[in-house]
This record gives sequence, C-alpha cells and structure tokens, in this order.
Amino acid sequence: MKLELRGITKRFGALTANDAISLTVEPGEIHALLGENGAGKSTLMNVLYGLYQADEGSILLDGVEQHFAGPGDAMRAGIGMVHQHFMLIPVFTVAENVMLGHEQTKAIGRLDLAAARARVREISDRFGFDVDPDARVEDLPVGVQQRVEIIKALSRDAKVLVFDEPTAVLTPQETDELIAIMRQLKAAGTSIVFITHKLREVRAVADRVTVIRLGKVVGEADPQSTNAELASLMVGRSVELTVQKEPAKPGDEALVVRNVSVLDPNGQKVVNNVSFEVRRGEILAIAGVQGNGQTEITEALLGLQPHVSGEILLDGKSLIGLPVRKVLDAGVGFVPEDRTEDGLVAEFTIAENLMLNRSTGEPFVKGGTLQLGYLNEFAEQKRKEFDIRTQSVQSHVGRLSGGNQQKVVLARELSRDLRLFVAAQPTRGLDVGSIEFVHTRIVQSRDAGIPVIVVSTELDEVVALADRIAVMYRGSIVGIVPGDTPRDVLGLMMAGEKPTEVAA
Amino acid sequence: MTDQQIPSPSQAAPIVPDAPEKEPGESRWHAFVREVTQGSVLISVLAVLLSIIAGGILIAATDEDVQRAAGYFFARPLDTFRAIWDSVAGAYSALFQGAVYNFRRPGFAAGIRPLTETLTFATPLIAAGLGVALAFRVGLFNIGGRGQMLIAAAAAGWVGFALDLPFGIHLLAAVVAGIIAGGVWGGIAGLLKARTGAHEVITTIMLNFIAFYLVSFLLRTPVLQAPGSNNPKTPAMKETAVFPDLFGPGYNLHAGFLFVIVATVVVWYLLNRSNVGFQFRAVGENPHAARVAGINVPSVYVWAMVISGALIGLAGTAQALGTIKTGFGSGIDAGIGFDAITVALLGRSRPWGVFAAGILFGAFKAGGFSMQAAEGVPVDIVLVVQSLIVLFIAAPPLVRTIFRLRTPGASQRPSRRRKAVAR
Amino acid sequence: MTAVAATRAPEPALEREAVRSWKVPIALAIFTLVALVLFVALGRDGTSTFRLSTEADAFRLPDLALPTRAGCIVLTVLMAAITAYSVVRSRAARKTPLWLIALFGVLFVVAFLTWASAGAAVPVPGLLVGTLGLSVPLIFGALGGVIGERVGVVNVAIEGQLLAGAFASAVVASVTRQPLIGLIGAMVAGMLVSFVLAAFAIKYLVDQVIVGVVLNVLVTGITSFFFSKVLTPNASVLNSPPKFSRIEIPVLSDIPIIGPALFRQTIIVYVMYVAVALVWFFLFKTRWGLRLRSVGEHPQAADTVGINVARTRFWNVSLAGAIAGFGGAYLTLGAVGSFNKEMTAGAGFIALAAVIFGRWDPLRATLAALLFGFAQNLQNVLSIIGSPVPSEFMLMLPYVVTIVAVAGLVGQSRAPAASGKPYIKS
Repeated sequence: MKLELRGITKRFGALTANDAISLTVEPGEIHALLGENGAGKSTLMNVLYGLYQADEGSILLDGVEQHFAGPGDAMRAGIGMVHQHFMLIPVFTVAENVMLGHEQTKAIGRLDLAAARARVREISDRFGFDVDPDARVEDLPVGVQQRVEIIKALSRDAKVLVFDEPTAVLTPQETDELIAIMRQLKAAGTSIVFITHKLREVRAVADRVTVIRLGKVVGEADPQSTNAELASLMVGRSVELTVQKEPAKPGDEALVVRNVSVLDPNGQKVVNNVSFEVRRGEILAIAGVQGNGQTEITEALLGLQPHVSGEILLDGKSLIGLPVRKVLDAGVGFVPEDRTEDGLVAEFTIAENLMLNRSTGEPFVKGGTLQLGYLNEFAEQKRKEFDIRTQSVQSHVGRLSGGNQQKVVLARELSRDLRLFVAAQPTRGLDVGSIEFVHTRIVQSRDAGIPVIVVSTELDEVVALADRIAVMYRGSIVGIVPGDTPRDVLGLMMAGEKPTEVAA
Repeated sequence: MTDQQIPSPSQAAPIVPDAPEKEPGESRWHAFVREVTQGSVLISVLAVLLSIIAGGILIAATDEDVQRAAGYFFARPLDTFRAIWDSVAGAYSALFQGAVYNFRRPGFAAGIRPLTETLTFATPLIAAGLGVALAFRVGLFNIGGRGQMLIAAAAAGWVGFALDLPFGIHLLAAVVAGIIAGGVWGGIAGLLKARTGAHEVITTIMLNFIAFYLVSFLLRTPVLQAPGSNNPKTPAMKETAVFPDLFGPGYNLHAGFLFVIVATVVVWYLLNRSNVGFQFRAVGENPHAARVAGINVPSVYVWAMVISGALIGLAGTAQALGTIKTGFGSGIDAGIGFDAITVALLGRSRPWGVFAAGILFGAFKAGGFSMQAAEGVPVDIVLVVQSLIVLFIAAPPLVRTIFRLRTPGASQRPSRRRKAVAR
Repeated sequence: MTAVAATRAPEPALEREAVRSWKVPIALAIFTLVALVLFVALGRDGTSTFRLSTEADAFRLPDLALPTRAGCIVLTVLMAAITAYSVVRSRAARKTPLWLIALFGVLFVVAFLTWASAGAAVPVPGLLVGTLGLSVPLIFGALGGVIGERVGVVNVAIEGQLLAGAFASAVVASVTRQPLIGLIGAMVAGMLVSFVLAAFAIKYLVDQVIVGVVLNVLVTGITSFFFSKVLTPNASVLNSPPKFSRIEIPVLSDIPIIGPALFRQTIIVYVMYVAVALVWFFLFKTRWGLRLRSVGEHPQAADTVGINVARTRFWNVSLAGAIAGFGGAYLTLGAVGSFNKEMTAGAGFIALAAVIFGRWDPLRATLAALLFGFAQNLQNVLSIIGSPVPSEFMLMLPYVVTIVAVAGLVGQSRAPAASGKPYIKS
C-alpha cells in the first residue's frame, strides 16, 4: 500500500510541531524518518495514526484521501503502529492483547479465545516469533513484548507499519533481529515507516530516508550517506559529538563498590555481584542497554534501593544501609535518570527546586524557617552561572524546556560540596546545545577532582565522556575497559560477551 | 507524548535578555487583580452564586404557595413569580438574618448576635478544614475527620469532666488531650500508609466507623457515661475546663475561636515558611523527587496525618468544650468531619482561604437553622448548597461555560487544575 | 522460515532470591493468641447449642450441642496448628495458601460462636437469613463498585447511589403502587448520581474521590430536604410503598440450614443472584468485559486499538450506578417499607470495603459483603442470646477486617492500574 502525507501541519497552541510535512512511502519500502528528539516525528505519526487531528494537510492511501477520527479508523484503513512505549495491557495474556478492539465473539458476546490463540500462533509461526499466546504480557521480556506489538498490528492486516523508535529498549542483538523482521515484512509487501534517531540502523535497513528538523522536512537522503552527512542534516550543522577534554589525571580511589547485589521487591536479583571503583578526577561510564541493572546500581549508591548487599565505601565510609539523607550529606551528587519524575517538583519554583535536597539546615533554613531572601539571591546567581533561560526564578520548573530543567538539576547538585557525582542518563531527551552544556559541566567536575559516574545507554555519550567504561548486562558487569575501546567491542559487550572473548 | 520543539541555545544565538523585573509591589498587585478577575477567586464567587441559585430553585419548587400559584399559572402568571420571589427571598433573608445581622432585634448588640453564631459554627469547621487542607497539601486525602473528632472529643471531654484541675490548666490540659487524641487517630492512618502502603482514603473511612463504635461503647460504660444516667451521654464539663465565652453569656462564641485563629497562623507558617512545610509540599507535589532529595517520605506521611488529625482534634475539642458543654453523645462530630472536606476545597487548601471558607459555611449553618425555624425550609438545604459549591469549584470549565467566560491560558492544563483542587 | 536465527551467548540466569514475608504468620499468631486468651483462658463452661432448623422447616435437623470448653480447646489447637504450618511455610520463603487462611477464619468464627453461646442456643438458620438480608444492599453496592473500579473510576459515591435508589424507589412505588416500577425508579436514580460522577470525573477531570465524597453529601442533602419538606407531610401518598412479598421456591427452600435463607426471599434477592453471576460472566468472558478491563488497566493502549475510553467509562459507570441504585431499593421495598433520612447508614462505605477486600472481583466482593453482613447480624443475634462481647465490637469488625486486609495481610492485592486516574489524551 502506498502512503502519502501531504503538507501535514499540527500546532499545539503557539507551537508548530509539524510544519507542512510531506512524505511518500511506496509499497514494500522501508522509509526511515530521521530526526532529533523533539523534531516532531512522534507528532507526525500520531497524526497518521488518528491520535491527533492535523490542522492542515491530508493523508492518502493508494491515492485515496483518508479522514481518521481515531486510531480505529487508521487501523481499519490498514495502518499499524509499534509504539515506543508498548501499548499492551500487562495483566492480559498475549492472545487477549492481540484480540482487543477487534474481538471475535461467539453467542451472547462470549470471547472466542481459541480463534485469537490460533491467530497469534499463525502469525508467530509465519515470522518465527515463538510467542506463547497464553503468556501474560508482564511476564515476557521486552524483546518479546515488542513482537506481541508487531503481531497485534499484523493481526489487523496492517499494510503500513509504523515503528516508533523501536530499538531504544533493545540490545544490539535484538536490534539485529528486529531489522531482519523488518526486511521480512518488506519482502511480504508491507510498507514500513521507521522512526529513529540512530544513524547506524538507518543505514542498515532503510530504502529511503527523510530527515526532519524542528517540525520541517529538511530533505531526503540516500541511506548510503555517511554518518556525518546524516548527522549534519539532522541537527542542522556539522556536529562534533566528542567533548573537548584533557586526558584524565586520576587520583586516589574514592568510591569502592564490592560484590554489590540488589534484589527487587519480588526477590528478583537485578544487580548481581558487581564490583568497581572510581578514582578522584576520572569519569567511569556505565554502559548497557536500558534495563540491565544500571538504574538499580545508581539507586543503590544513593540509598534508594531497599535490598542491597555487599560493600559500598566512599572515602572509606560505608554507604550501605544509610538513608538517602545521610548519603547526600556524605557528599554524593545525583542526577536521576528521569528528571521530571525523580529530579524536580514541577509545581515548585526554580528557586525551591534549587534547595530541594537541602531543606534540613543552613544556609537555606535557620531555626526551622526558610531563608527566602537568601534562597532568591542564590537562585539568581545560579541562573546566571548555569544559563537557565527563564523569566524569573519564581517560575514553576514544569514550564521550562527539558534542557533548562536539567540545568536546574545540575545547578543544584554541583552547588554542593561533592565527593562523588553520579549522573544517570544526563542528556536524555535534550537538544544538542544542552547536551554540550551538560557534557562540559560533567568534564569540569571531573577536572575539579571529583570522581564521576555517568550512566548512559547512548554509546555516543559513553564514548565521548568516559575515561573508563563498565558495561552491564543482565545485572552483572561484563567487563571494565578503557575509554577508547572500539564501539563494536562495546556493542558485543552490551550483548553479554566478555571482552577477552572479543579480543580473541 | 508530544514531541516538542526546544530551540537549542546555539541556534537562538544571542542570549535573550530577561524580561525586565517588575516592581515587586506592582507585580503582586497585578497578580492579585488577575487572580480576582479571571482566576480562582472569580470562579469561587460564581460557584457560590450558582449554588445559591440552585438552592433557591429547590426552595421555590417545594414551596406550597408557589405550587398553588403555579396551578393557575396561565391565568395569573405574576402570582407564580411573586410566590417564587416570596419563598426564595424569605428563605435567604432569614438565612442572612440568622447568619449576619438581625434587623428585627433592637440595638447593635442584639442585632449582631447572629454573626457571633456564625463564628461559633465556623470554629470547628475552620479547625477541621485546616486539617483536611494540610493533608491535601501533602497529597493525602483525610476523610477520617469524623473519627478523629470523636476520639478527640472523647479524650478532651474525659479530661474536662473527670479530672479536677485549677482554672486555666484544666482547659489547657483538656485541649492538649483532644489534640493529641485526634493526632494519634489520624496518625494510625498515616502509619498504615507509610508502613504498608494502605490507601488513606480507605483506612480513614474505616477508622471513622471504628471510632464511632468505640466511643459509643465507652458512652455506655462508666468511662464516659454520666453517672446514674441511662443515656449514652457524658456528664457536663466542669466549669474550669470549658472555653470561656468571648462576649459574655448572651453569646455562644467562645475562646475556641481564638485557638482557631492561632491554628490558622501556625498552619500558614508551617506550610509557607518552615522547612517542615517545604518537605510536606514537596512530598505532596512529587513524592518520588522528594524521596530522591533525601526527604523521608513515609515519615512525612505519618507526621502530616498526625498534624492533620490534631487540627481536626481541635475541632472535636471545640465541640466538646465550647459548643456543647452540657455533655455529649456519639453525634458530637455533627458531620463536621465531612463538611471540613468541602471547607478545605473551597479554601483551595490555603490556610486563610480555609479560614474564609469556614466562616462562609459557618454562616450557612447558623442561617440554615434560623431559616428552618422561620420559613420551614429544612436545614438540609445547606448540605445541598455546600456540596454544589464544591462541585462547581472543582470544575472551573463548567462554571466558565455557564457564564461564558474566557478560558485563561494558565488553567488550560487539566492535570494542573485537578492537582490544584485535589492536592 | 526461520529468518531470525541470531546466535546468543548463553544467558546468565538471574537467580531469584526469596524475600520472606512474615505478615501472615504474625497475624495468625495474634489471632491464635486472642483465641487462647478469650476462648481457653477465659473459657466458659456449659453447652453451646446450634439450632439447625426452625419449626417451619420440612426436614428438621436435630440441634447440635457442643461442650463449650472442650470445643473451644479443640478449635484453638487447630488454629495453632495452621499458624505453625504458616511459620514453616514462611521460613521456607513460601506463601501460606489462601484457603488455609480462610479455613483459619472459619475456625475462629466457629470458636467464637461456641464460646459466646455457652449455655444458650444459636439459631443458625435465623443467623443466615439475617445475614443475607443485611448483605443485599452491600452486594449490589459492591458490584457497582467493582464495575466502576475495573473501568478506572473509583466509585466512592456508592453510598449516595444506594440512598438515591432507596429514595426514588420509595416515592415511585408509592405513587404508582407498583414495586416493580419502583425498582426502575431506583435504577434511574442511581444512574443519575453516576452521571454526575462520570461527568465530573471524565469530562472535567476532577479527582474522583472528591466527587464521590461530595456526591454523597449532595444526595444526603437532597433526599433529606425532600424527606422533611415533601415526604413527611404527604407520607401516605409519597412514602408508603407496597413491599415485595417473599417468594418461596419449592424444594430448594426446604434444603436444611441454607434453604430458608437463600430461597425464601423477595424478587430483589433472586435478581441479585443473577446479577452476581452476570457481572462475573460479562466482566471476564465477553468482549464488553475485555474492553472494560483494558480501559481500567491501560486506557492509552485501549485508545490505540480504537476503544473510546471516555465513552466506555461513562456508560459503565452509569451502569454501576444503576446496579447500586437497585440495591438501595431493597432497603425500602424489601426491608423497611418506607424511606428514612440517611437510611443507608454507611452501607455504601462497607460495600466499598467489600470491593477492596474482594480484590476487585465480583465473586470475592460478594463473599466479602456476605462476611460483613454476617458480622453485623451476629451482633443482632448475640444481643438476643446475651453476648459476652459488647455489640459495638461486633459492629466494628468489618472495618477492622478491611484495614487488616488493605494493610496487605491477605497478600498483595492489585487494583486496576488506572483506577482513579483520569485519562487525558495528550
């Protein structure tokens, strides 16, 4: 089926998320939609899927104009979507999830589960998926859940499949498997729209590439273009992803982590016997695909995890079992991976957020009373120092852009007297300018002699910042390697292969 | 899910100078004017107006004269309108005269008595409203006002009639006992939430019933029952333990009202100026971020419920030692625990807002009784008006639609609106 | 075809280390201790008689007589054995099976009855009849609550829906002299309350608990207002509905012990049996139920497969209100015979407790409602035979049990994930 988008414009108030975007996907073509975070890709796809109504423009399938009032219409027209955040109901079985919305029924509205199971098996067999129709979705690994999403779309006879950032949660190996699936679908005549910001994948699978930036199409590219060409199209100028930094001058060991294991509330071991140390003045990057225990190990450092065993020593002082307050007082600075959820109180002002983890004593509190005058001065000073773009430090933090929000978090953490700095996914979802700012600040802290841990799922960021790299896979550290280790080696380590095997 | 454009600083090359800072006084005035004209204050006023109109419709529709006149509406329509006017105006003027100033009484001292009645009714409403509001700000919904008031009244009452203490100390001891008892009862729900994650809405509802039966039981035993009586009722409070009258024996207003003013100031300071309040609000707005910032969230839940319960305990104490000094039964809470929720919502969980809302609802109560006496309109109408006010306030878009108001940009985001109302 | 055949390093299996939970054994131990003190240490002598039949029964069973002290000791020993077994399970990091906890509960209740009725006779059929009577509004309310929460709207307004149903059924049945039309009136009234809840919760995104609480006040206010102003002066016309008569089902009603309780009832009770079964069936076996549950668990996912979340919520909440309103009719047309101010007296909140205690499952919620009805009625029966326990403590029981349940003693119960959360299309 041929898909055409003509002059799609979508506005949210004063913001134009999509500005006259046109796009054509031929039958049996894999068309990559490339763009930075925030370029307007997801908005465009939500328009296509009927979740948003376009303000201007039209959608055509095989030359016929379509009007989608909701996702139901889009699905009936043959459009399927594999969402970035899976649209699966965790407590339902695979079959129930697949049938939801177009259920076959027997007499008096009874669900025909047998038919649904057969359908799942049929599609599953056709693509070699190996999915049990009666498994509960929440018990399945992420990669399998994604296949359920694909089955769900295919079971509705989708002729156009949209993959929205499908590789964000996958290991390199699972990504390769997905790419193989996409080729297979293409061979079966399905048109595919592949939304991504990862250049390697575009080059691996796309037939055509459309690049969008700031809500506008900036051009089509040949998938065989070099990374640099694609990247400069995507961000609108030539970018250097490497950070200017001197070689590290590591000092003494500051943080020692020995045999640390973390159990989740169900007793599942999510961090398995991990050991590493960080020296003063070096950056240790913890790399790995999302969900391999990185989040839990940083939370364990901060005292946010309840079941932690092993040894964590900061300058010889044990941090295990201490409440978060004491860990912060011991000089640990922390940038949480989800800043809106864990890092900031959206309804609080910028100034209030700057004292969020210092509400127990001087200088912001005297005798139990907030020192609002001092807080204001402090906030004004930090606004200048960290270039926080805002009308006033009394604005709510929730109104700031992601980059400015992250600057508030950084300003708060780096204003304290730090003996360890932990930054988890410090640039997730940020624009290029803010990424540069954050990276520079992290390197500056290192140069000031602070031991730094950066957790990142983005290989680019890891390579740019790290002096040493620890790669995690399924709760364990696969290996700790120097900062200049080649990417392909890191990629294999992220899939669980030991570095020695790699070298051999 | 919105993909938002964020212009990167490198592209927005020259740093935009900030908007010039406004004079502090001026900006505050502007903020005030904006708030009054398009913000929450206007909505609140309109919500009250709408509810009073709705109440008027109920009064008119059930009025016998109106019904009779409506029977020959097409013959003499004016009669119907006059009957409607008579019934509604009569009821509301009775309400006003029962709540603010009674023009039929000679002299100011007698005429103003209704206003002191209003403040008397407002006393427990404000105290309990503050308790509910404080919990709201911490993200907790304390529906347990009834139980907390009952337990507090029982404790304060017991100290009030069973102990012999000197004047002054006795009252203080009774008040402290009531506040502590309310705090403990509220704290149970807080502890359950902190330890087990049990939702406070459920536990406080359940604790209401448990408190009711516990107090009912105690009222049948020598602990609380008046000696030689068969009624489940306490003996009268000792003279040394009751709140003294503020304006002499002719008026019911008692010193509990002063306690409530102090409580309002304390809650204001606690929430807006103290670091404890800062932590409370942080937990209320985003418990995850608060936890990461080293705030002990479970302990905040416990203490917030303790303080909330203590404030509601003050309301129970005011009932037992001020309003009904002659001994009380298990109905001492008089529905104030639930009224307090509406008071807190109308006051938008701000201490002085609660104070004002408490006085308004106190006026409804005071006036409602005189309306019932004078015009035969059941006092239950007050419940109707009160709950309608809260419903309208909770849904500003509805009020705007009714009055065809422009939607201000700031309140477009529904999630914010909901939070502002709920938490 | 097997296009996907990537080789993989063997997965390092992540072990599962059990987190031991001592909640259940501790709770059981406390109850065993209570039993030990109350039933054994403070044991009573005499004989406890359980009367299993009434005079009117076709088949009459002989009375069951137990020596009080010995019976209590035996039962307490059994409870201690279950507790010990639970400790063993917990030490091995395993859960105590639910049926065993239930059995423990039954033993405790029987022991309590034995102890309380020393030297007296417990009329078991009467106890059961009363239990069912008190449970009917609770069960209807709980069904309404289950549907509401399953579709993602917390229904705290059950109390208001019951009250509105009771009011409307009394007035409509009085005016029409037809109790069946009264039932329809009750459903409409409960539905109207639900409309307001749904409109504010779904359209205006107001916190659902707040709307629910305020609606209870509103319905109380309106019904009390009309009761005082209109119903009382015209009681003969507006507040004297014809009551439903009991229908005896042949054969079934002659089953010993349970027959009279289950099958000598009004039509409302028979409708209730059908309603419980239907709600369960539709919720778990039909398209309607699948969609309803998907909206309550993950509204966005439901939206992306073309299910209209707002509409699904609106109509199911309305249905929930109609069911609860129907339950309210039992109070006037089945039990009391006229409407009274605030006559629900907290039944809606007990129904809410039953929803949670029953873990959002219509059958379990029904059982929970029966349990609560049983506790309430036990108090009535004990006050007749002379209870050693103050009646207030019996009345308190459902609420204490609910707190214990909510605090997690019955295992981690999981509410529908999106219950109480408004769905905002972004």
